[in-house]
Amino acid sequence: MTAFDTPASLSGRSDFVAIAKWIKPDAKVLDLGCGDGSLLRFLKEARGVTGYGVEIDDTKLLACVKNRVNVLQNNLESGLSEFESNSFDYVILSQTLQAVRHTERIIRDMLRVGREAIVTFPNFGYWRHRLQILAGHMPVSGELPYEWYDTPNIHLFTIQDFENFCATHQVRILERVVMAEGRPVNFLPNLRGSLAVYRFDEGARRQA
Amino acid sequence: MPPEGSVGTVSPKFERFDEPIVLKSGARLDAYQLAYETYGTLNAARSNAVLVCHALNASHHVAGVYADDPDNVGWWDNLIGPGKPLDTDRFFVVGVNNIGGCHGSTGPASVNPATGSPWGADFPVVTVEDWVEAQSRLATRLGIQRFAAVMGGSLGAMQALQWAISQPQRIGHAIVIAAAPKLSTQNIAFNEVARQAITTDPDFHGGNFYSHGVVPRRGLRIARMIGHITYLSDDAMAEKFGRELREGVFKFNFDVEFQVESYLRYQADKFAERFDANTYLRITKALDYFDPAAAFGGNLSTALDQAVAGFLVVSFTSDWRFTPARSREIVKALLDNGLDASYAEIAAPHGHDAFLMEDPRYHNLIRAYFANIDL
Repeated sequence: MTAFDTPASLSGRSDFVAIAKWIKPDAKVLDLGCGDGSLLRFLKEARGVTGYGVEIDDTKLLACVKNRVNVLQNNLESGLSEFESNSFDYVILSQTLQAVRHTERIIRDMLRVGREAIVTFPNFGYWRHRLQILAGHMPVSGELPYEWYDTPNIHLFTIQDFENFCATHQVRILERVVMAEGRPVNFLPNLRGSLAVYRFDEGARRQA
Repeated sequence: MPPEGSVGTVSPKFERFDEPIVLKSGARLDAYQLAYETYGTLNAARSNAVLVCHALNASHHVAGVYADDPDNVGWWDNLIGPGKPLDTDRFFVVGVNNIGGCHGSTGPASVNPATGSPWGADFPVVTVEDWVEAQSRLATRLGIQRFAAVMGGSLGAMQALQWAISQPQRIGHAIVIAAAPKLSTQNIAFNEVARQAITTDPDFHGGNFYSHGVVPRRGLRIARMIGHITYLSDDAMAEKFGRELREGVFKFNFDVEFQVESYLRYQADKFAERFDANTYLRITKALDYFDPAAAFGGNLSTALDQAVAGFLVVSFTSDWRFTPARSREIVKALLDNGLDASYAEIAAPHGHDAFLMEDPRYHNLIRAYFANIDL
C-alpha cells in the first residue's frame, strides 16, 4: 500500500490526503502551525517533500522532533519575516487560519514566501453548525471541538466568506476540496461541508 | 558506587601531536598536547562518536567524576551518561580541552620548548577555527572519520557551527545551544572589561607571572564576577538571592553584606584558584574573533554553503548575552541553504547559563534529537 492509498484515518486528518494529492513530488514545503508534524511526515513519506514546520507549543515541538520533522519554534502572529520570498513551493496553513489574529497579513505573507499556498479550515456554514446556532448555541463539532469559552478560534468563517475574501484580496483560487466526515462534498458545499481545503496563488499580480 | 546515570569514575587521557599546526593568526605551534576524556564505547563502524565542545571556563571533563576528586563532577554531567539525553550506552562521547586551555592541553602555562620556560605572554592567540582543526586531528588519531554529532553550548556551540562549515564531511549533526553567529558589540565590551581587570592587575606581569610565583587573582576574580553576572538573568539572580542580607541588618561598611556579594566572591575565589589568566584572555579573544560570515562578505548563508549537517539550534528566552534573536540568525542561514534544521526557544528563566541546567523541555528535546540520529 502506498502512502497515497492510506485511509484518512491512518494519516490522522482527512485534509492530509487531499493536500498530498496537490503537492508535487520533492516539493519544498513550509507548514505553519504544524502541530506534532504528522502532515509534514505524511508528505515526506507520500511525496518526498522537504521543508519545515513552524510551531509555538513546546510539547508539539518535541513531538515534531520525535517525528523526524524539521520544526522551528516561532509565533505565527509575529509574521514570516524570517523566510525569504519565494523560498518554498507551498506554504500550508492547516486548520489554523481561524485562530490567527492577522488574517490578511498571514495570507499575504504565505503568498510572498511560497509560490502557492494551501489552507484548510472548518466551515462555519456547515449545516450542523447552523442548526446549533438556530438552537441558540455556539457550534461544537468534530471540526470545531471547543466550547465558546476555551476556543482558540477567533475568526470563524464560512466557505462563502473565504471565497469573497479571495475575490477582494487578489487571491486566485486554484483548487478546492470540501469534505464532510472524511468524504468529498460537491453539492451545496457551504451547507454540507464541514472542512474546506484550498490551494491558491497571487493570480494576476504574480504574473504581472 | 556512582549515582545512576553517571558515567562513573573517569580519567583524562593525553595525545601528543608533533605535526605543526599553523594558527589563524599565522603563528605556529610545532608540537602540542590535547587533554581529553571519552565515555561509552566506539562501535565497530566508528559511527557513534559525539564531540562535546567546551565554553569559556570549562574543560574536557564533561561527565563523571575523578577517583581522587569525587566532588569534581563533569560540567555537563546532567546531560551525558548512560540513559541520559546524550546516552553513553549508545554514543561514544569525546570531550577535549582546547589549545590555549589550562586543564592539560598545551596552553600559556605550558613550557615553551624554545625557552624551557612557560609560554606566558608568548603563547599565540587562538581561534575557534584553530580549535576545530586540533579537534579534527584528535578525531583522526582516535580513528573517528566522522562525528555523528558535534555539540556545544555558548562558545562550544560556535565550535559545533564551525565544524559544520570547515569539516562538512566529518560531522553528521551540529547541536548548537545558546549560540551566536558572532558576538555583539556589548558582548565584546564585557570581554574587554574582563581582560582589563586581568591585564591591569599588578600580579599579571605582562602575562609572565609564572616566573614571579604569583597569580593575578584580583583580575581573575573581577573577570569571573562580571562574566558570571552576564550569564545569569536579572530574574534568576533576584530569585536566588533577592536583597537578602547575611546578617539581616545594614552594617554601613564594605564587608560582604548582601547574599549576592557573598556568592560572587565565593565563585570568584574558586575560579581564581583553578583558572589561568592567560587562558582567560585568549578564550575571550577567540569569542570576539569568531565570525564565520566575515570571510564571505558578512553573509552567514554563504559561509554555510558547504555544510551538509543536520542542525538542532536551541536558545533560551532569558539569555540576554546570546539572545534568541542571535540563534535565529543562524537558523535563517540554515534555511537559506535548505539544511535539515530544528529550532527551539526554551522559556527558561536562568539566562545564558540555562544551557547547563536540567530543564525537562530542553533535555527532552536533546534526547529526542539524539534518539533519531541513525548510526
